[in-house]
Order: sequence, then structure tokens, then C-alpha cells
Amino acid sequence: MKWLASIGLSGTVLALFAAITSIIIGWTYLSTKAQIELQVRRAEARQLLEIFPPDTHDNDLVEDTFEIKADTPLLALRQAARGYRVRLGTEVVGVILPTTARDGYSGDIRALVGIRSDGSVAGVRVVAHKETPGLGDKVDLRKSDWVLGFTDRRLTDPLPNRWTVKKDGGDFDQFTGATVTPRAVVVATRRALEYAELHASNLFETGADVL
Amino acid sequence: MSNTTLRQLTVNGLWKNNPALVQLLGLCPLLAVTASTVNALGLAAATLFVLVVSNTAVSLIRTVVSDTIRLPVFVMIIAAAVTATELLMQAYSYELYQILGIFLPLITTNCIILGRADAFARKNPLPAACYDGFIMGVGFGGVLVLLGMIRELLGTGAIFADMHLLFGPSAQHWRWEIFSVDYPFLVAILPPGAFLVTGCLIALKNSVDSSLERRLRAHTPEPLSGSKRVRVTGTVS
Repeated sequence: MKWLASIGLSGTVLALFAAITSIIIGWTYLSTKAQIELQVRRAEARQLLEIFPPDTHDNDLVEDTFEIKADTPLLALRQAARGYRVRLGTEVVGVILPTTARDGYSGDIRALVGIRSDGSVAGVRVVAHKETPGLGDKVDLRKSDWVLGFTDRRLTDPLPNRWTVKKDGGDFDQFTGATVTPRAVVVATRRALEYAELHASNLFETGADVL
Repeated sequence: MSNTTLRQLTVNGLWKNNPALVQLLGLCPLLAVTASTVNALGLAAATLFVLVVSNTAVSLIRTVVSDTIRLPVFVMIIAAAVTATELLMQAYSYELYQILGIFLPLITTNCIILGRADAFARKNPLPAACYDGFIMGVGFGGVLVLLGMIRELLGTGAIFADMHLLFGPSAQHWRWEIFSVDYPFLVAILPPGAFLVTGCLIALKNSVDSSLERRLRAHTPEPLSGSKRVRVTGTVS
């Protein structure tokens, strides 16, 4: 029965190591948990504050959220996501809507669109995409400031039929060698504006929690 | 640890048995994250840290664990080290964590780490194992960063972009534009570029090696004794 003892010994050593490594991971997890949550919120807040700088509102954007359901026709979210209300005093002066362009060159492009209560764009940020590096990825503010061209635009400026890239007869630049990506972002932004117009009372007045 | 083993380990890790250029281990992250210098540096640092921790731990437990169960134990140690690294990076370098994404947990499956644990750390005392982990990490990381720099330069005409992700806001202006491009040389940044540049680096290393060998032969007539370590490229002996 020597083999049985050896199995028992091996099993015990394995279990011992499993326990030790689990404790190490658990301890690291617990001791970094607070810091990680802080980082996630900071990263989120940084993005939101880029669209609505601190001097335009007096609420905590990360806290003041509402839910938008998946697959609404205009925002086309893959799964329910958070939108943010921007308040000055008691008044809602703007919202930040998550939106998804499902017609990117390679997969979905996820973006945040900040819209003021007067219907103008406060800012657009692409938050996740898999577009071609060097071509389509210019929609990312880190690569180029193209996306700043949306600021202060609204549904009437340019007129709806010109809310697309120049190649399609619109007002917005495409990139050399990449039309699909900017087109997807322009159209997604226009749709977000239409969504805000359609749901204006819910977004800016009654303050519904789920849309 | 004597000076000769120290020197030997250094030469092995950095050149003779370089994990990326000779053993060709860990190619997946090597090819995937080296599109820019900052990504390469981030993964290099994480891999180096995990290598040192795992080599140290494996060397410490080498007398306790029997041969039959050594591999699962090593894997547990490595997985724990990687998970801890991932959590730490998430806590203190969140943006880089987001960029490296899946390649951070995948360090667990990087063959260099298990390879060094099994081939070296389990047979050697603590200082040597620790140093071997460090120098192998430097050898791997060095190639990673070199690849990142070459690809970033070819693809964007500049190097050291976005270094603030690693070094804080003061590094924002480290980007160094060497030539300006209207059309980036895309292939360099896309995955095929990684293969091409890695291939060139290996070829370069081999040609340096063979010219060194030729020079050596001119001085000493007897043939060199072959390396007994795992080699994938170069002469197999």
C-alpha cells in the first residue's frame, strides 16, 4: 500500500499549496479592492468631466445616473448601460448618453455623447473600439482631435441630411483611407441627439430612473 | 553565488539563451502588445515581476515538493503571482491595465515562466534562481521594448508616445517625433509587422553570433562544445 501513502502525501501537499495561493490571492484582492474601485470611478469621472467640465455643473456625475435599456432603436446598446445627468442647482442642464455604433469597420464602436438641455452637443468621446490603428482609430481623442468637431453642433446644425461624412454629402470630415469608421460615429452621434429630443421630458424634466 | 555563475546567468538571459530570440517562448504577448513602446514596457515590467516572484517561490519550495506533483504546484504559484500582479496593476496603474487587457492574465500561460521554474529554479539555490528570473525577465523585456520601439517608429514616425500611462503626467511630452508621416506604415503596427520585425531581430542575432564564432575559430582551432540548453533557432546541438 505504499502507493496509497504517496498519493495521500501528494494530495496533501497539493491541497496545502492550493490553500496558500488562495490566501495570497484573497489577501491581495481585499487589500486592493478599495483602491481599484476608486480607480474605476476616477477613470469614469475623468471621462465625464471632459465632456462637462467641473465649472458647468455642481453635482457628482458618477453618482447621478439612470439606466438605459439595451437595444433601443436610436442608441443600439448591446446591454443596458448607465446615462448621467448633469445638474446645476435643481435644473438638469445636460445628459451624457452611452451609445453604440454597430456599423464600425471592425465591430462595435462605443461612445459617450454629452448633450446640453438646449439640444446642442457638449462633447463626444469614443470609449471602446477595435478600428484599424493609424486609420480608423482617429475617432479616439488620443489619436486625433476629430471628435471635437461635434462640439456645439445640434440637429439643426448641420441640417439632418448633412449629418454624415463629406463623402456622403455631409458636413463632417472622413479620414484618408477610412470612411466607414467616421461615418459610423457621425451617425451614432446624430441618433443620440434624436434620442435626446424624443425623450427630452424624461431626460431633462421628470428625471426617470429607467429609460 | 560565485562570479562565474553570475556572469553565465547574465550572458544566458540577455543573449545566448534569450527567451524571446533563442528559446522563442512567450511569443503570443510578444507579438500582440508590442505595437507601441509603452505597452511593451508595461508587459515587460509585469512579466519580469512575475518571473522573479515565481522563480523565488519555486526555489524556496524545491525540497518540499516531490517531482510528481511539481508542475501543478508551479502553475498554482505562477497563477497566484499573476493574479496578484493584475490586481496591483489595476489598483495603481489602471489605464495601463486597461490597455494590456487580456495579456496580463495570459502571463500565466507564458512558457518562459514555467520553463524557468522547471528548468532552473527548482534545481538551484535561492539567490541564483532569483537572479535567473530577473535576468531572463530583462532579456525578454528588452526584446519586447526593442520590438515596441521599432514598430512604433515604423508605424507612426515617433517613439515614446503615451508614456504618461506608466510614468505619470510629467511623461506626457516624452513623445519624440523622428519623421512625420501622412500615411503610417500600417503593416508595422498590425500583427504581421510583429512577425516581420521579430524575424529580422532573430536573423540579426544569428548573424552576429556566427560572425563572432568565425572570429573565435580563427583564433582557436578546436571546435566549440555545443550548448545543452533548449534552442529553437540557431544551431541545434
